[in-house]
Amino acid sequence: MSKPAIVTADPWQRLQALTRARIALGRSGASLPTREVLRFGTAHAQARDAVHQALDVAALQADLENAGFASLAVHSQAADRSVYLRRPDWGRSLAPESTRLLREDAPTLWAPRPRLALVLADGLSSLATDSHGLHMLQALLPYFPDLRSQPVIVASQARVALGDEIGHLLGAEQVVMMIGERPGLSSPDSLGLYLTAGPRPGLTDAQRNCISNVRPEGLGYQDAARKLAFLIAGALKLGRTGVDLKDDSDTAAPLPAPSGLHSSLARL
Amino acid sequence: MNYACTLGLRRYVFPDLKTVLAKASPARSGDMLAGVAAASEEERMAARCVLADIPLARFLQEAVVPYEHDEVTRLILDSHVPAAFAPVAGLSVGEFRDWLLSDLADGPTLSALAPGITPEMAAAVSKLMRNQDLILVAAKCSVITRFRNTLGLPGRLAVRLQPNHPTDDARGIAASMLDGLLYGAGDAVIGINPATDSLPAITTLLHLIDDFREQYEVPTQSCVLTHVTNTVRAIEKGAPVDLVFQSIGGTEAVNRSFGVSADLLDEANIAALELGRGTLGDNVMYFETGQGSALSANAHHGADQQTLEARAYGLARRYKPLLVNTVVGFIGPEYLYDGKQIIRAGLEDHFCGKLLGLPMGCDICYTNHAEADQDDMDTLLTLLGVAGINFIIGVPGADDIMLNYQSTSFHDALYLRRVLDRRRAPEFEDWLERMNIADFGGNLLPQSEAQPLLALAGSL
Repeated sequence: MSKPAIVTADPWQRLQALTRARIALGRSGASLPTREVLRFGTAHAQARDAVHQALDVAALQADLENAGFASLAVHSQAADRSVYLRRPDWGRSLAPESTRLLREDAPTLWAPRPRLALVLADGLSSLATDSHGLHMLQALLPYFPDLRSQPVIVASQARVALGDEIGHLLGAEQVVMMIGERPGLSSPDSLGLYLTAGPRPGLTDAQRNCISNVRPEGLGYQDAARKLAFLIAGALKLGRTGVDLKDDSDTAAPLPAPSGLHSSLARL
Repeated sequence: MNYACTLGLRRYVFPDLKTVLAKASPARSGDMLAGVAAASEEERMAARCVLADIPLARFLQEAVVPYEHDEVTRLILDSHVPAAFAPVAGLSVGEFRDWLLSDLADGPTLSALAPGITPEMAAAVSKLMRNQDLILVAAKCSVITRFRNTLGLPGRLAVRLQPNHPTDDARGIAASMLDGLLYGAGDAVIGINPATDSLPAITTLLHLIDDFREQYEVPTQSCVLTHVTNTVRAIEKGAPVDLVFQSIGGTEAVNRSFGVSADLLDEANIAALELGRGTLGDNVMYFETGQGSALSANAHHGADQQTLEARAYGLARRYKPLLVNTVVGFIGPEYLYDGKQIIRAGLEDHFCGKLLGLPMGCDICYTNHAEADQDDMDTLLTLLGVAGINFIIGVPGADDIMLNYQSTSFHDALYLRRVLDRRRAPEFEDWLERMNIADFGGNLLPQSEAQPLLALAGSL
């Protein structure tokens, strides 16, 4: 015996092929059907977990070592996630013991004044760092054969600008911050890549270049590596990063540049 | 003036009005981040006790942000209308709260009062009000605006249809737009946040919505939410611009960080008015705001974020906008930490805006790093519905795949219509009925392939 239809279906489900937006969901009366409440709840749960799960620093460092990258682990002044979320300023500066570590231990691992400092940071999604950080380094290897001799720093409770202090302490010419972006409902694992030339405390976001939404379903590792290599070379030539350095690596698909309140507020 | 009081064993002294306002504000993370919040609950109550006794007239003498340094302050004080202020000119902030709640303050009285109230007065009284006070007084205010339909009538609720797509794909946007219209959303505006600022892309989007609107004779307006300078360029190129959008804040410095000034907005306003595209009215501006924007631009002058938000409304009302949208939970937990703070801020913004005479809507929203979820949004949605909000946002399934945050869905609007009996803008309501999308009572009708909009969908 078939049940009567309780949920009103939308006869435009074929439009779902045109967008990832949640369209043609149907309705129970005027409300969201149970199926969709659960689908939304699951996506939100995954995004929340991505924000709150701590980066497994030891595991990431072990993976880095297996792949031939020496690394050091540092921590921002934000002691835990709850503080981190309330005090972005503390996420932008190093804890004193991490400053000491970079001053004392880094010179035993890497040559002074490295070309590049690479920072793998949790940001707002440790899932992104965990899933894509090492893959990104490996995708960069063809462009930078000496990448394994550059410093790799794993940073916890970090904001983008923490890379400035790290790069400055290492004396690096450029710093690449690979950091978990604010998770979207359908994208809990987006990695952001921020390139900053002449890193030092006090720089603003206008002095960096950003490649966003790095993940297999977004911008793939190979494409992201090509863009980053292009920007690194461009910054060397120009002598700086930021608004003057344009990403023309792929004129057919320029990086999005949203304006106004939303973009101003969406910064990490 | 002396700002001091004794509570229990302690004497509290505050140096100026700005400090009293900040310390009297309900707790929120952004004021703590700025270092302006009360240090204890008792200090917060001390500040409120002091604030309650401050004469409203004092706000015309002591600016929160210096007059000589800030064009928003100059605009607020220079446009103040003493005659409108007269009914409350002798009241303190505490007495003003009592007056607003009393039967003396009915709808017409509040409309007449608006030009006499400064944003700082509105913010001040809101800090003495509980959530139910903010709802009750806002519900007495009526702000009606018109372009191609009539928004803000009593018993009505409109929806901005927000069909965003991460790459501005025309077919993806059209799919979300059809979904929204078939759910009866879109009377406030069909408004796209573009992924790119390129002028050709923006012009393409403007034509996409406008061609559709013309073909189906939809009584609504369109907007591509790009920087005001882009919109002016689009107008110069002959693109079909209905509304001029801009994000604004409560200080000259935050507006500079947004790349705007009153002069620039004046110019854009005139350009849009000259097009004369509105059929029922000439409210041509659409503003978005949000508590915390000034601090995030390091442009807060030591004032609290709620007072600065109200000052943004002071700038907005210069332009008689069609829509003002406070994007309340987008900014993140360093400004509004959790559901409680987001809900309070949404009610404050709606109240202050309405008291100042603005057609307030709210993007009832949150990000995934805030301590909030759908239940919190349901609460704020319901409260703002009771408070008589002019419009809310409609995003497919509440999930904005371009801006990566959660807003309200088309279903959410239907829920509010049902429980509070809120109808759509009358012209849009008639159109939905003509299109067999909704019945006479505003309820959605089951759809079939015979639906003309689905014929369009077939061509996508």
